Amino acid sequence: MGAGIETNSNLGWFLENAWLIPLLPFLAFLISGIFLQRFKNAAAAVSIAAVVSSALIALGMAWQFYAGDFSEPLIPLRWQFLRFSAGLTAEMGVMLDRISVMLATVVAVVSSLIHIYSIGYMHGDKGYARFFACMSLFTFSMLGLVFATNIFQIYVFWELVGVSSFLLIGFYYYKPSAVAASKKAFIVTRFADLGFLLGVLIVSYFTGTFDFVKLQSEASLQVLNNVTLFGMPMISIAAVLIYTGAAGKSAMFPLHIWLPDAMEGPTPVSALIHAATMVVAGVYLVARLFGLFVASEGGLTVVMYIGTFTCLFAALIALTQNDIKRVLAFSTLSQLGYMMLALGVSSAENTLGFTASMFHMTTHAFFKSLLFLCAGSVIHAVHTNDVWQMGGLRKKMPLTHLTFLIATLAIAGVPPLAGFFSKDEILAAALEGGHGFVFAVALLVAGLTAFYMFRIYFLTFWGEPKACDKERFDAAHESPPVMTLPLLILALLSVVAGFIPFADNVYYGSPLEHHGVNWAIAVPATIMALAGIAAAFALYSRRGDRPAKIAKSLGGVYTLVKNKFYVDEVYLFVTKKIIFNCISRPAAWFDRHVVDGSMNLIGRVTVASGRLFRKTMDGKVQSYALTVTGGFLLLLLMLWHYTKVLGG
Amino acid sequence: MLTIHHFLIISAALFSIGIFGLLTRRNAVVVLMSIELILNAASLNFIVLGKFVTPGLVTGKIFAIFIIAIAAAEAAVAMAIIVGIFKYRRTVDVEKITDLKW
Repeated sequence: MGAGIETNSNLGWFLENAWLIPLLPFLAFLISGIFLQRFKNAAAAVSIAAVVSSALIALGMAWQFYAGDFSEPLIPLRWQFLRFSAGLTAEMGVMLDRISVMLATVVAVVSSLIHIYSIGYMHGDKGYARFFACMSLFTFSMLGLVFATNIFQIYVFWELVGVSSFLLIGFYYYKPSAVAASKKAFIVTRFADLGFLLGVLIVSYFTGTFDFVKLQSEASLQVLNNVTLFGMPMISIAAVLIYTGAAGKSAMFPLHIWLPDAMEGPTPVSALIHAATMVVAGVYLVARLFGLFVASEGGLTVVMYIGTFTCLFAALIALTQNDIKRVLAFSTLSQLGYMMLALGVSSAENTLGFTASMFHMTTHAFFKSLLFLCAGSVIHAVHTNDVWQMGGLRKKMPLTHLTFLIATLAIAGVPPLAGFFSKDEILAAALEGGHGFVFAVALLVAGLTAFYMFRIYFLTFWGEPKACDKERFDAAHESPPVMTLPLLILALLSVVAGFIPFADNVYYGSPLEHHGVNWAIAVPATIMALAGIAAAFALYSRRGDRPAKIAKSLGGVYTLVKNKFYVDEVYLFVTKKIIFNCISRPAAWFDRHVVDGSMNLIGRVTVASGRLFRKTMDGKVQSYALTVTGGFLLLLLMLWHYTKVLGG
Repeated sequence: MLTIHHFLIISAALFSIGIFGLLTRRNAVVVLMSIELILNAASLNFIVLGKFVTPGLVTGKIFAIFIIAIAAAEAAVAMAIIVGIFKYRRTVDVEKITDLKW
């Protein structure tokens, strides 16, 4: 161990060595990214071995942590990274507490399953080795983010996550749409990160610390509360700014526009980044700084309203999309809205929402990555993303069908699958927090979720294959075992994850008194889900023109929703028409004419004067001699004059 | 009685004639001769000042001998260059030898 590294060595083995969990994928990234780009199978093997070992260590860590019942966060490793001044140093470290252990385990497990799945999905791709290197980098960044001990470290890894998602979304860099999508994701999240950075600066400036624990101590929060800007307490400003960053990563309205486009990446990437892990970084950040948000006036209210709105907004769009991955993308947005609103409805006294949010984060990670991997399996088989081109795959791909059905039931909230329990807790939290309106929206969205998920389920797996695609349909077959095995494991997790006693293990402050299923809420929620499923069955289980008729009767509303409420167009209008014309164009003009102009002027004057003066160098010895003589005489005169003046 | 002034006036006259020749003659050989005049004016100054100002020292005379030696060497080199130029250009007119310009 080098200088400046502190370790803690009287815990269990897995807890002491938790720093291996992020380190292994990083080493795998270096090895496979630098040395093994020509040996694709070796690169894949190194990455998978590293991530699977991480997952195993993480499981051991989770087991030791939750069995040990630690009340304070554990820090098995801290290392001084940067020293700004005597009082302000930035550390890198590993912090284990109730939420970081949970999310790290989920990330490592899901990531390792997706790595294994990718062997089959990416088979034969020319970027095979590069893919695994990038996936390892991404896993490392996400784990570093989860384990962050301080707000500085989380910001560093936050940006690393952004970079690795950029690399993975733009994986098919020869496709213009993938390039556009990766740029869009990067720019939108960078834009949001500006808010996060400002929040970090404000918070660390006033409290003089980066550390999460010190930052959220009574004294620090008091300091932040006492400073005001324009009559608003600094703590609220900081909370909203940090939330901007979180909203960017978690794709909350109106910064959600990058997520659906990010589906341009390979499907395992969508599963890993845009369903299970990266997008929950925003939720995790809010949970990490929950003390700050609770103490701030209005911080959680913003979180709640934006979460609720996104939840409904994305579910409505998901009803109309035809690309299977896009439906899943919008469903992710909607589920992230759930997590955010669950955080938003909780308060210092009532922390059920906090637990519910973390619970839903976990269950969602399992069933959403399963949905994406199934979608990948289907796309792999039929080579199209359009659900209307699919159909009747039930018999062709029995395993994919079964696992997709389990995931769909889980996300729809049908008991006793995972989504039912976590959604129930969110609804209960909303009601207990006294937010009737939020509860109503969440309940409605539960029905919508069931409807749009079963819509794509029926369209993909039921009915008859489309006649024009007979050939393609005949060629479709079940995916190889290396792809179906992760599906089965995730399906198992989607079934049992709901029975994890979350309320006893993951909480903010003190443990919740035991909170079983609240039947008064569970029954209406289940009825909503079943109603959604029934409606989807009626409309989509057989091919007919009823969906089209309904769409037609809705007219303009349908078009509006189908085009995602024209949010992208609004963005384009704002950037192209307003920002380009009013800011960029004058700036470009200024640059070209004033900045470049003054530089050009200096250059031209130099050239012109040189052209003028070089005429004196005419090559005649005698004119040079004349100049020398004249100059000498002039010097003599000056000397004579000055000696006279100065009293020589 | 000859005083230091007489010698200095002669030396100044030699120097001025040399400068005039240097600036106005076109023939490179004559320009060279003018330079010799300037050098001689300088040696004369050394000797005169040595004799009248520091009578006990030989520094001035030694400098004069140095100048004569260097002038001889310089004249030899310069003449060689002039002959070389003449071989190629068939002229020793300094107004026409203007290759080293701009």
